[in-house]
Formats: sequence, C-alpha cells, structure tokens
Amino acid sequence: MIMFSYNREIMLKFLVVVMMSLPIAAGEVIDVFDFATEAQEKRYQSLIAIFRCPKCLNTNLAGSDGPIAADLRREVSRMVMEDLSDEQITEFMQSRYGDFVLYDPPFRMDTWVLWLGPLLVLLLGSYFLRGLQRSAARAMNDEERADLEKLLGERDASNDQD
Amino acid sequence: MASTMNRWRMFIPLCGFLLLAVILLLGFSFNDPHILPSALLKKSMPAFSLPGLKDSNRLVTNEDIKGRIVLVNVWATWCPTCKAEHAELLRLKKKYGLEIVGIVYKDKRDKALSWLEAYGDPYSVNIFDSDGRLGIDLGVYGAPESFLLDAESTILYKRVGDINSRIWRDELEPRLKTLKFFDPDSVVDPS
Repeated sequence: MIMFSYNREIMLKFLVVVMMSLPIAAGEVIDVFDFATEAQEKRYQSLIAIFRCPKCLNTNLAGSDGPIAADLRREVSRMVMEDLSDEQITEFMQSRYGDFVLYDPPFRMDTWVLWLGPLLVLLLGSYFLRGLQRSAARAMNDEERADLEKLLGERDASNDQD
Repeated sequence: MASTMNRWRMFIPLCGFLLLAVILLLGFSFNDPHILPSALLKKSMPAFSLPGLKDSNRLVTNEDIKGRIVLVNVWATWCPTCKAEHAELLRLKKKYGLEIVGIVYKDKRDKALSWLEAYGDPYSVNIFDSDGRLGIDLGVYGAPESFLLDAESTILYKRVGDINSRIWRDELEPRLKTLKFFDPDSVVDPS
C-alpha cells in the first residue's frame, strides 16, 4: 500500500513535468541550429528579424513558415556560424533578392523620393499654410473697410432698436 | 482681380490630392507586389556544380551551358504551374530549337524522372538542386521561374511564373531576335 502511493506520487510528478513541457515544445520554432555560442544564437535571431521573406509581403524570415523562408534561415544560420559580418550577410541577401528583402531600404538615386518625399510634402504644406495665414492677416483695403463699416453699422442699428 | 486669384488658389489642395490619387492608383494597379524584380539581371549565372538528374554521378557545371543561348527553367513536380507551362516548353524546343536547361528545385529524383517520362522532356540537361541552394543563388523564391541567358551566360531576362505563348511573343522572342538567335547562320540544328 505504501509502495502504491509512492509510485502514484512519482507518476503524478512525472505527469506534471510532461504537461509543463508540452506547450513549450509546441511553441518552439522547428529550426534547430547548433550555434557555438549564445552570442551567435542572438545574432541569428536579430538577423532573421530584419530580413523580409521574399515570398510573403509582410512577414520577416523569423515569422514566415514558407519553405523559402526556412531555406534562407538555414543560410543565415550558416553564415552566422561562419562568423560573417552583418554587412556580408546583408550583401548576400540583397544581391540575390534585391532591396525587397530589406525593411530598411538604402538611399539611392532611385529611392530618394521614398526618403525625401514626406519632407517635400511637409515643406509644400507649410508653404501653403503660410500663404493662407498671410492672406488672413493682411490689412484690409478701403473697399473691404467700407464693407465692414457698413455691416457694423447695420448691426449697431439693429441693436439700438432692441 | 484678387478674388479670382483666390478662387483659383482654393483648388490647389484638390489638385494635390488628385495628383497623389493618380500616382497611388498607377503604383498599386500596375505593380504586382508578388513579383520581385530580379537582382541578377545583367549579371552572370552564379557558379554551380551539381549532380545531373539522369546521371547522378555526372556533375553539371557552368561549363556545360557556356557559349550558347539557353533558357534556364526552375521546376518541380510539386508545382502545378510547372505542369501548366510544360507543353509550351516542349513547343519552344521543338519549333525553334531553343535550348532549355532545367533546374529540378527541391524535389525527389524518382518523381522528377517519372514526370519527364510521362509528359515529355524538353530539357537538354537537368541540374538536380535538391536543397535549393542554387535556387537561392539565383534569387528563386518559388517555381516555376525562368532565366534567359546569352552566350556569355549573362542573365538577360527573368520570368517569375509560367512560360506561355504571351511571354514567348512579348518577352522571349524579341530578346532572341536581338541576340540574332533566328539568323540562319547561328541556328543550331534542332535534331
């Protein structure tokens, strides 16, 4: 009887451990790479976050379950293990898949609109706004003043009647 | 006079808005965001040395496709569009003697072999790229994709999707004409 309850306690503990490990196993990414150091693992994680999956429009390599994203994660892990620099890895991705894979596009002749466009719109807008303010703030000419006097006169007249 | 000026200025924001609307409309309707412009245009075919499909002992390398105009076609048996374009590839090979080099992309050897058995074989040679490493060097992100290479193995054109009669007429044929592919002197005997 004592043996039985002892076994049951072990079984219970074992079950708890199994159940606790289940959700972790299910949530883990499928890729398993043997990085030599934790720093490499960290670099890998940060790199797959900054490259865009070529097949998907709005997912990075880390978040995509597409086959091409898995292949590219494998390539990135290989380059991290070979201690290639971030520039070399970016060059690898960009020379094959173009600017598309970069969330941070380079400043070039054909991308200046992308970078300076908002500034241009801001300048145009503020120029236009200033024009509006200036025309509102300018002094009245004689014709306008006469109109205003007339309106005020009418108002005063109607006020007097009350 | 001043008031007519002001009346016209009222329309400046509207004009700005319309301009922006037209730009965005053009940008969103003519640009399929699913089709990436190739980063490899005007570049050389990446270096490769991979086993052939039919003879796994024989390595296929850049030397095997040098000196000729070829269409490199990335395909797989798991890709339905590859099935759709297959007849057109057979036609181009038969009618124009266009040399088509296949890259079997992330596929099983026996599956690819029985596919060619069943549907016909338009390829002069097939490169067996089981893990998709050559595909990555070519910027491939799906199948089918095709690359037109000149005699120096420079990539002149990339097609993401199927090769069909429209692509032949609008994209491939004009480029092949520029390369003098159809000139009687340079025509290879299609036998």
